[in-house]
Amino acid sequence: MVKEGGARSPRLRTLTRALPVAPALVLLVLFLAGPIAYCAYIAFTDLQLTGQAESSFTGFDNFRTAFKDDAFLNAVWLTLVFTVLSSIVGQNTLGLALASLMQRASKPVRTLTGGIVVTAWVLPEVVAGFLLYAFFRREGTLNAILDQLHLPSQNWLFTLPILAVSFANVWRGTAFSMLVYSAALNEIPKEITEAAEVDGAGGWRRMWHITLPMIRRSIGTNLMLNTLQTLSVFGLIWVMTRGGPGNRSQTLPLFMYEQAFQKSMIGYGTAVALLLLVVGSLFSLVYLRLLRTEV
Amino acid sequence: MAARTTLNTRRATRRLAADAGLLCVAAGFVLPLAWVVLSSLDPRAGLKVKVPDGVTLDNFDAVLKPDITFTPLLNSLLLCGSATLLTVVCAALAAYPLSRFRSRLNRPFLLTILFATSLPITAIMVPVYALFVQVNLIDTMQGTIFFFTASQLPFAIWLMKNFMDGVPKELEEAAWTDGASSLQSLLRIVLPLMGPGIAVVTVFSFVAMWGNFFVPFMLLLSPDQMPASVSINDFFGNRGTVVYGQLAAFSIIYSTPVILLYVLVARRLGGGFALGGAVKG
Repeated sequence: MVKEGGARSPRLRTLTRALPVAPALVLLVLFLAGPIAYCAYIAFTDLQLTGQAESSFTGFDNFRTAFKDDAFLNAVWLTLVFTVLSSIVGQNTLGLALASLMQRASKPVRTLTGGIVVTAWVLPEVVAGFLLYAFFRREGTLNAILDQLHLPSQNWLFTLPILAVSFANVWRGTAFSMLVYSAALNEIPKEITEAAEVDGAGGWRRMWHITLPMIRRSIGTNLMLNTLQTLSVFGLIWVMTRGGPGNRSQTLPLFMYEQAFQKSMIGYGTAVALLLLVVGSLFSLVYLRLLRTEV
Repeated sequence: MAARTTLNTRRATRRLAADAGLLCVAAGFVLPLAWVVLSSLDPRAGLKVKVPDGVTLDNFDAVLKPDITFTPLLNSLLLCGSATLLTVVCAALAAYPLSRFRSRLNRPFLLTILFATSLPITAIMVPVYALFVQVNLIDTMQGTIFFFTASQLPFAIWLMKNFMDGVPKELEEAAWTDGASSLQSLLRIVLPLMGPGIAVVTVFSFVAMWGNFFVPFMLLLSPDQMPASVSINDFFGNRGTVVYGQLAAFSIIYSTPVILLYVLVARRLGGGFALGGAVKG
């Protein structure tokens, strides 16, 4: 006890107590905050990879270029399509559907389905990419099935690349929503749904008027996190299509990579990265507000 | 009585319907997984799911060589193992004062951490590359390890703090009275009591890094330092025609550790263990 108070000033005590945070803080400042600050700086320069030793400050030029650049606008559009299709519609809805079906299903079916969906989630990103590449290729599984059913097959990765990578992201990411919603649904007291059932409310009405309102906070946080994860997907698309054909599946992370490395324009690539970071931060702030009572 | 019986039959029907629905989705989800398992055993594997022409382990034999499998896996282990160790140590230390002492700085710090948890790390890879070139950390294991650690730390600290909050404070207070320092009580009392929490943070960090492609893809250049997440690309690029059977065999070898780890921890702690701290709501 003497150790704690005594002669030491409160300020010193605070400092000693905070000392264990130091290693983490140093790493976070040097390797996370540092790069973000550096990002905010070089986005306003014309830094290039080769040749030029000096870079100069160019103000908002990179951003002006971006908003006039069709390839950039295309990437923004594709990112939007990819995010809405795969995270908001796909992972979120399918995750909720799976979780609510699991509430009623028998145990073996529940375990089996859960296991399969979670395996897709735990697999390394690149492996998932290859598996879905094999699935969607012209000579792949999907077309083999369509042939069996006498339905028209096509080269999915060529004709509908953004749809194919969106499906891939749903395949890979749905487990997360499923786990979140399973946890949320388990917390709803049984009496409430049973009372509604006895009163004759059908499945859809119970879902709409009881279940959804009761898990609305989980829906909010899940949508935020799904969106943030989807915004930063790179490996999956890179493996499946490299952003192509042309730039028809080139979302913002792939566009950023192409500008910075294949075209050596680090400054421009970083400006795109900064925009992505800002969008991510906005989502992150909304997420914080949703969680604000938790801290 | 009659009402109860109809309710029960309705429930039985609903269970059948739910089972059927889930099995349909499961069938869709299992196809790509079936491909990788069947192809790895198939001497003439192609891109579609089919029963092998005859089961063989040749594909595994072909990839189980130092330059194809062992070196990349060893690199992955070195990279992710060190980064995980560093993450867990730093996170445990940082979580301790946040969980144990009141301070005006706790709340802003935790909010910043939580904010950083959900930032798209992909976005900063280009500036990180540029920065690493400037300070000569590009193509070094230690640089990549530090960046991996920093990117995983916010989530690790957040999780660790939540687990630590669950350890009662009374035991420590007794230890303090006996003259133990904070560090001693953290090491001897708090950490041993939160074994499952540490396991979760460790496994989660390791699994996230093991599967990460973009970070080593950007920060490492020499082929002999490549972890498996990047070297798997070689099956497509440098070796001419793709031998799908070997690619499948390698995918299985590379994925097995993370799946085993996940199963081990999930079995002890129940399904969505990793989500505990992040998505309460």
